[in-house]
Amino acid sequence: MSRDGLWNSSAAALAERVRAGTVEVDAAVESGWEGPAAAWEEEVHAIVHHDRAARAAGAAAAAALTTLSNEPLAGVPVVVKDNLCTVDYPTTCASRILKGYRAPYDATVIRRLRAAGAVVTGKGNMDEFAMGSSTEFSCYGPTRNPHDLRCVPGGSSGGPAAAVAYGLAPLGLGSDTGGSVRQPAAFCGVFGLKPTYGRLSRYGLVAFGSSLDQVGLFARHAGDVAIAYGALAGPDPYDATTRLGPAPDVSGWESGVKGLRFGWPDNLWRAGVEAEVVAGLEEAAAALERAGAERVRFEFLPGEYAVATYYLVATAEASSNLARFDGVRYGARHDDSPDVRSLYVRTRSEGFGVEVQRRILLGTYALSAGYYDAYYLTAQRARTRIRREYEEAFRRCDFMLLPVAPTLPFRLGEKTEDPLAMYLSDIFTIGVNLAGIPGLSVPMGRSSSGLPRAVQLLAPEDGEPVLLRAGRALEVRGKVARLPRAYEAEVAWPSKR
Amino acid sequence: MALEAVIGLECHIQLTTRAKMFCGCPAGFGAAPNTQVCPVCLGLPGALPRANRAAIDAAIRLGLALGCTVRETSVFARKHYFYPDMPKNYQITQYDRPLCEGGALPVRLESGERAFALTRVHVEEDTGKSFHPERLGDRRVSRVDFNRAGVPLLELVTQPVFHEAAECAAFLTTLRRLVRWLEISGGDMEKGQLRCDANVSLRPAGTTGLGTKTELKNLNSIRGVERGITAEIARQRAVLESGGRIEQATLLYDADHDKLAVMRSKEHAHDYRYFPDPDLPLLQVEKAWLEETRERLPKLPWEVAAGLEQRFGLPAYDAAVLAEDRERWRHFEDVMALGADAKTASNWIMTEVLRVLKERGWEMAAWSAQVPPARLAEFLARVAARELPGPLAKQVFAWMADEPGDVAALLERHGVRVQSSSEDLVPLVRAVIEENPGPVTQYLAGKTATLGFLVGQVMKKSGGQAVPQTVRELLERELANRPAKA
Repeated sequence: MSRDGLWNSSAAALAERVRAGTVEVDAAVESGWEGPAAAWEEEVHAIVHHDRAARAAGAAAAAALTTLSNEPLAGVPVVVKDNLCTVDYPTTCASRILKGYRAPYDATVIRRLRAAGAVVTGKGNMDEFAMGSSTEFSCYGPTRNPHDLRCVPGGSSGGPAAAVAYGLAPLGLGSDTGGSVRQPAAFCGVFGLKPTYGRLSRYGLVAFGSSLDQVGLFARHAGDVAIAYGALAGPDPYDATTRLGPAPDVSGWESGVKGLRFGWPDNLWRAGVEAEVVAGLEEAAAALERAGAERVRFEFLPGEYAVATYYLVATAEASSNLARFDGVRYGARHDDSPDVRSLYVRTRSEGFGVEVQRRILLGTYALSAGYYDAYYLTAQRARTRIRREYEEAFRRCDFMLLPVAPTLPFRLGEKTEDPLAMYLSDIFTIGVNLAGIPGLSVPMGRSSSGLPRAVQLLAPEDGEPVLLRAGRALEVRGKVARLPRAYEAEVAWPSKR
Repeated sequence: MALEAVIGLECHIQLTTRAKMFCGCPAGFGAAPNTQVCPVCLGLPGALPRANRAAIDAAIRLGLALGCTVRETSVFARKHYFYPDMPKNYQITQYDRPLCEGGALPVRLESGERAFALTRVHVEEDTGKSFHPERLGDRRVSRVDFNRAGVPLLELVTQPVFHEAAECAAFLTTLRRLVRWLEISGGDMEKGQLRCDANVSLRPAGTTGLGTKTELKNLNSIRGVERGITAEIARQRAVLESGGRIEQATLLYDADHDKLAVMRSKEHAHDYRYFPDPDLPLLQVEKAWLEETRERLPKLPWEVAAGLEQRFGLPAYDAAVLAEDRERWRHFEDVMALGADAKTASNWIMTEVLRVLKERGWEMAAWSAQVPPARLAEFLARVAARELPGPLAKQVFAWMADEPGDVAALLERHGVRVQSSSEDLVPLVRAVIEENPGPVTQYLAGKTATLGFLVGQVMKKSGGQAVPQTVRELLERELANRPAKA
């Protein structure tokens, strides 16, 4: 049968057809590779590991599920970031140090994906060990933004974001430590959810900053985010930091925002935020008001020290988490070392890229004897305060509207030589990770230059239902030409430049 | 200037839980290398730890037994250093908020009982085991077995309260007994189930400060602990008395050559960069858990020993030996409940029963299965009633360990008739008196020590089957009936 209309349908619609038996799993998975990937992948370079045989095996396994006719993600292809362990593809975190490494186990979220009928269609590019905001720090080379190949797709989960945007798959899995799902979602014009800390298992997610890391979701439709969240969220005995009890029910994502209050802390974008980004926020606020929500204006300073706090906590944890990559047991090893110490030094010096080494050094310093109190401990105290500031803000509103990034997608190479500028581009996203709350990046059409615009919605812990209701409201009501007005409508794809 | 030694111990106790500390792999030993491993204990990318409740429970048991304060909220921390047998290049341990703090271990010394104060007891994971170097073609290689990686350990740290190596040895002996008593560890130092490092320093006697210390590692037996510390005290004393200074260092003790070698000096001291492990939530020991563990805690060995002394009038030494392990103590109590004489029972258990266990490599349970308390009690009653002469008693005891049946059945099976009645023995006694006129005369002249010789002769005639006390009484009676010859 024709595979037209498969690759660009929603995960929900695709799964419906697979469940009904009108589409084979293999056809559903291959549609993205035959259509859009053939046109786009070479230039965008979103995928770092893919394999027809592995896809066929994955499709066969999904087709063999006795419960397939009831599974929410039946036959749905998913692009998975290269830092989530999968038995059928390498898992390398886009790092030379893990070149060729294959995990002997599936991450919990991957197990749940497969159990829900989904198929891993490829591993997405990323900044090495998720450290970066542009997907330029990858040992495989950068990913480009499908909306403008001169621009970055954002990062660190740039690969899955770009692949979902150009149509390889309707769903993607990334990880968000300081904005690594929300910012690339914004740059690529798709939805990106960073769930409440502890709602998606981290077991099998190669750790960067353990207390900040959270697996996140990419989709072109708010409803697909809800379906995937429902299939993946919930406690995991293999991850002691998952929250107990069932995950919040997001099935009411279409129930609208009437009567909800949204925070409008416009002090945050009075300076240093591009006008096009502010215009997107204004449009979003207007759309939410039209949908019956109430705007609550207040001043909000989510910790002037959030960036400093974040880069201390994240690098300290990273320096510890990345200690295990030493060439002794797996991954790349510098083999000509006369002793074990030089094996460590050479393996790590050659295996880690410049940004990863920079962060390991920063984190090691922050944890050193004599500096621990001044840096790490102080950062933890600041973190507690930042968390409290968010709690205060949510006493006045049900969710907040914020920018995702202060700018539209920037050009490749624009910030790679200026780490501080790169770090500051995370200013609106890192607070969410420090506070452990959920955040959703929602596409808000295009700028005058044709680049995707987006807004960020924040909610208190376990506020995913509210985020998805608001995200859905913007999807329907947003004055945005390329967003579907009806859920099943075909998406208008970016044109080649 | 007289110098006194100050010693503190750091003991590692390997727990006998079924599973490892942070994963479900079996924690037992003897499997082929690297077969009891999983992504978690291998530290594979993405794997996360989850704490084993049984190990925490064991830690709480020991903490309560030692009178420690058990924290309601304690914290797992990461301790960083690079070593090939450490999968993550950090160890999950506890640092500034350990599970148990304070407490003391009461130890019986020759000079009396002393309670040695503790700093803390905390939970951590073991490392893998390195084997090196080996030759592989023309290269030298090291190999690592990760079966041990992640096995639960308790670290127990004492205050610097010891002044002699012998005290440290006694402390470890008592600690070993306690962990076995609580059934939380095998406690065998040779097998690495109990490990000990010692911090040693010297100071002028009578002062309270602490001198520069050295850390002794590789003390692989209780004897090794005693000898290693003795050697290090002597070394430091020699340095100080010749006007030198002690350099802070870590030393390895070589038991085969009774020598100490420097492992690393202070300049190479590690910065472990401890910080709370973000993968593990705070360790919460709610009150109910603590109380339930306290209720399940058995009577402690020193409490049992004191009770034995008091109830049965046993010497302190006997009481301590009987309270060495729980099975032994139970066995003794069961025998006593059947009316045995305390000192007789204690003597036979401490010497003969323990000898059988040692010779046969039996656990106490194997003994009790073969010789239940009722059998031993019957035997002891016969011994106490002097119905079994010494050598025969030992023979019967040996048969008991191998065969079923009460004492009478054993004697009959082996064709032994105990000559304990006067009718059997009087003819023998009379014959000996006739055959030994010289000693008899001496005896009658008042040299009563000669009686022993005559008893021996009767015993010989009886083939060792007479009861010496009976023979003695019969001899005295017969000789008293004889008029002294002029």
